[in-house]
Amino acid sequence: MRRAEWRPVSGANDPYDPKQVAALSPEALDAAVGAAIEAFAAAADLEALAAVRPAHLGDRAPVLLARRELGALPPAARSDAGKRVNAARTAVTEAHAARLAELEAERDARVLAEERVDVTLPWDRTPRGARHPLTTLTDRISDIFVAMGYGIAEGPELEAEWLNFDALNIGADHPARTMMDTFFVAPEDSGLVLRTHTSPVQARTMLSRTPPIYVVAPGRVYRTDELDATHTPVFHQLEGLAVDRGLSMAHLRGTLDHLARQLFGADAITRWRPSYFPFTEPSAEFDVWFPEHRDGPRWVEWGGCGMVNPRVLVACGIDPAEYTGFAFGMGIERALQFRHGVGDMRDIVEGDVRFTRAFGVEQ
Amino acid sequence: MRVPIGWLAEHVDLPAETGVEELDDAFVRLGLEVEEVHRPPETTGPLVVGRVLEIEELTGFKKPIRYCRVEVGEAEPRGVVCGARNFAVDDLVVVALPGAVLPGNFAIAARTTYDHVSDGMICSVRELGIGEDHAGILVLGRGGDGPAPGTPAAGVVGLDDAVVELAVTPDRGYCLAMRGIAREMGTGLGVGWRDPGAATPPAWSGAPAWPVEIADPARCDRFSMVALEGLDPTAPSPWWMRRRLAQSGIRSISLAVDVTNYVMLELGQPMHAFDRDAVTGPIVVRRATVGERLTTLDGANRALDEDDLLITDDTGPIGLAGVMGGASTEIGSTGGGATTAVLLEAAHWEPTGIARSVRRHKLPSEAAKRFERGTDPEMTVVALARAAALLGEYGGATVVGGPVDLDVRAPRPAIRLDVAMPGRIAGVAYPPAQVTEALAAVGAVVEADGDLLSVTPPSWRPDLTDPADLVEEVVRLAGYDDVPSVLPSVPPGRGLTERQRRRRSIGRALAEAGYVEAPSYPFVGTAALDALGLAEDDARRQVVVVRNPLSEEEPALRTTLLPGLLASLARNLARGQRDLAVFEHGSVFPGDERTPAPLPGVDRRPDDATLAALLGAVPAQPWHVAVALAGNREPRGWWGPGRPADWADAVQAARTVAATAGVELTVRAGELPPWHPGRCAELLVGDRVVGHAGELHPRVCAALELPARTCAMELDVDALPAAPVPVGPHISTFPPVHMDAALVVPVEQPEAAVRAALAEGAGELLEDLRLFDVYTGTPVPEGRRSLAYAFTFRAANRTLNREEAGEAFSRAVESAARATGAHLRA
Repeated sequence: MRRAEWRPVSGANDPYDPKQVAALSPEALDAAVGAAIEAFAAAADLEALAAVRPAHLGDRAPVLLARRELGALPPAARSDAGKRVNAARTAVTEAHAARLAELEAERDARVLAEERVDVTLPWDRTPRGARHPLTTLTDRISDIFVAMGYGIAEGPELEAEWLNFDALNIGADHPARTMMDTFFVAPEDSGLVLRTHTSPVQARTMLSRTPPIYVVAPGRVYRTDELDATHTPVFHQLEGLAVDRGLSMAHLRGTLDHLARQLFGADAITRWRPSYFPFTEPSAEFDVWFPEHRDGPRWVEWGGCGMVNPRVLVACGIDPAEYTGFAFGMGIERALQFRHGVGDMRDIVEGDVRFTRAFGVEQ
Repeated sequence: MRVPIGWLAEHVDLPAETGVEELDDAFVRLGLEVEEVHRPPETTGPLVVGRVLEIEELTGFKKPIRYCRVEVGEAEPRGVVCGARNFAVDDLVVVALPGAVLPGNFAIAARTTYDHVSDGMICSVRELGIGEDHAGILVLGRGGDGPAPGTPAAGVVGLDDAVVELAVTPDRGYCLAMRGIAREMGTGLGVGWRDPGAATPPAWSGAPAWPVEIADPARCDRFSMVALEGLDPTAPSPWWMRRRLAQSGIRSISLAVDVTNYVMLELGQPMHAFDRDAVTGPIVVRRATVGERLTTLDGANRALDEDDLLITDDTGPIGLAGVMGGASTEIGSTGGGATTAVLLEAAHWEPTGIARSVRRHKLPSEAAKRFERGTDPEMTVVALARAAALLGEYGGATVVGGPVDLDVRAPRPAIRLDVAMPGRIAGVAYPPAQVTEALAAVGAVVEADGDLLSVTPPSWRPDLTDPADLVEEVVRLAGYDDVPSVLPSVPPGRGLTERQRRRRSIGRALAEAGYVEAPSYPFVGTAALDALGLAEDDARRQVVVVRNPLSEEEPALRTTLLPGLLASLARNLARGQRDLAVFEHGSVFPGDERTPAPLPGVDRRPDDATLAALLGAVPAQPWHVAVALAGNREPRGWWGPGRPADWADAVQAARTVAATAGVELTVRAGELPPWHPGRCAELLVGDRVVGHAGELHPRVCAALELPARTCAMELDVDALPAAPVPVGPHISTFPPVHMDAALVVPVEQPEAAVRAALAEGAGELLEDLRLFDVYTGTPVPEGRRSLAYAFTFRAANRTLNREEAGEAFSRAVESAARATGAHLRA
């Protein structure tokens, strides 16, 4: 390629060159250039190329020796011959550079091929951690509400009996109180229980803040059930509370529908069944239907909800004539079971790393 | 509450096409959760009513056997061999003819047995799959009193009768009776229905049959009683009654008991039958006095509480009101066990008192369940009349004397309801007429005064006390499906709090560092604390004790996350895992001294002092995080043999937590169980110890059956101070100067002290200091070790020359020499 660019030095028609120097003749220079190109091309590797380089580009190379002869020429001829010599030298230099580049590329290709590895080797060099799906699902649900403008409220697991029951319209002799299967704490007059639901956080929130209130309260709760495939004495709930002017059951439904769609897909719908909770009136249990259920589209029981019982508002210092509220709650274990097809409660509570790893850091 | 559909159909005109599924839907819409539908097991082939014509007693076999001639509606009676003896000639029985297949794939064929051809089988309730009673065969009736022989028996015995089991919420006690269910279903389906409680009692005449006094009208506002004589103590309960009791899950005992149970299921009014001749003197309803005792029907002799309400006679307590009768007046107490005269009592008790007695004496019963939820005080005499009629019809008993009926009820106040309120609460515009109609359907008496309704709830609905209760009735009967879906406009929120954000970040950071979250139950026992080697006076032994723990071995709440986390670790190891890094974060429950939490009223917000006392009585429950490691921290693989987890990994986990929280953690040698005394790092923020990390004590590993050198860390996240807002550092783009130095240091000097001294001496030019080697052995003298550091020096505003860097380096080494006796290794 470089040869095509090289134009032969022409001096044949120079009328001012009476004395010819043999080394500077176009023929001699052409021969030197040709020999160099041939030698470079013949060099099979970088070492061979380096070995032949001095003969054609070294101090004793023909084109460099020819340069020395320039001084012997008369000034009129010198310029013309000088151009010829320079052109020849450039041609040899370029030929060497081209061959060098060729051979380096060959070497690189060979070496990189030799350095090839099996990229399918297992990559589990660092141990893989995970957050428990109860944690990540709780976060996910919480975030849906945070995005709506709700705050996350918290309360202690070891809770005042008054907040767990009385403030929520569950008097000392209320049948619902015995149905709660409560863990009581010593001594008998401690006035403390392991909270049976996250609802005391409702009471704490209303006692400490003024409406408008929009909060969700996720957390761990306790009932005296033995662990089996469907029950666990220690489980998690997420409870929502909204207290504001003019809130209605329609707002409650809108909120639950939104949650259902965020969690179970755009086609999810909810329905209510009349029920009873002392702290809400009217009360309902709610179910969700979604097409992506692992066992096919179906209704599943999800949680409880209702309008905050005015008695609860009163006990917490909120005027029920001015404000209404809605509340809802759901079991996280249960949601985990039907959202992720977990059949056995024990897998959720036993801390087997194989179970948890399946959910990753963010399920 | 179990509802036999056949029984329900007696009171409600169920549309012909109504199947169990439609009923199921209707129950759910009305707020009566269907727990289960019990369908009798399938029977196929000929099953008919038969009449026993002859009984031949066969002898000479191991047990008495009967050979019977049974009329089954065919030309000739059939011969049937039967091992049971509880029937007589003329009894109507159920006969499975050859070809019939009974539940359990029990095929009936003609066969020879006990030297006779048995051409069918006389069935017991268990063989028919409709009960557990295998004591004898099922006798439907006698002679002409019952269906004709040959009648298909399936319908007669209710083999086609499904039972719907309902979960009745505690506010709706009236649905614990067919009467309430019939009202709900009639209203819900919009069909005709009849109230079995609407019957008018007969006009009994005469003086009250027994002297009765109510000494505690607050706890008993109506007490009714009739006396019956001439009860045939041997009279059996009719089959249909026993069948319905069985369907309802109640065992048949005797006619008198069965009738009271049956009427309770029908009308919701529990009753009690006393053996009249065992009652001495006037009956007084009063509370117990100190020291009184009562032997109840279950044989238990109970110490009574002053809060217990009693039925008493001259001898003392004869019944725990509304909960359980006394043994001394039990039916069968007189007449050699064959009582013929009874006092039948039906009363209305104050519900919460009953609930307290039930809890106190741990005596839940079907009667108490209804009284606790509140019965209909109008039903006492109606129920007595119904029971008396049944005892008359099936037991020959007659009412003697007049009824006792002490009625001291206060009038029920009306509830004032804005007619628009249900619509406002539901978000649905109900026309006023719909509101009043719904309340009327519930049984309330409604008077309208403009937009204000005055609503007197029905006697069977003690739960209806507030306007909100009436709202629920209106919305429920209109249908919850009518409520539209509208998102409220929520004011702008504040997002997560710093504390919430921190907890999430910690969990995520540990997970990304390879730890798997393993939450555990927070219950611990002394054994677990002993296994950790905690000293007797260790604060972590100050636990909060649960009064009713699931396991007596673990009666307390955790004060440290380690017992649960190490148990998770052990469980995973037992399941074959080898390389484990697990973490847990959650509350712990220090058991400090506490004051009891007050129990203020609920009619208003507690005053500030009470509220402060209430909140203050709840102990702080700090949020801890813990990790545990066993096996390799970096797994064995094609890249190499792996690296075992060690104490430094546990410390690093703490550093990860602290870094995530934006807090600087310092470390010094500590000594705290369950850690190895020489391999325990105390974790500090400033001067405050916030946790520990390191290798577990070998004895702890042995006690918990964990591998040797298991490592752990626990840290109090709540003790970490809030992170300051980070200040963006100045980034110098001038070149650094790198220098290395090996220092020979006495082994007792902690590396942290050497490093701190170097950093202090080097001053501001030091950008980074990294320990890259620790060496002991020749040529380092005994009692010393070599610590090799890489220094990076850089100036903020100029290119640092080596001389300046060298000066800083020298100052660093001199500082370390002064502080720790370090000198440059030759």
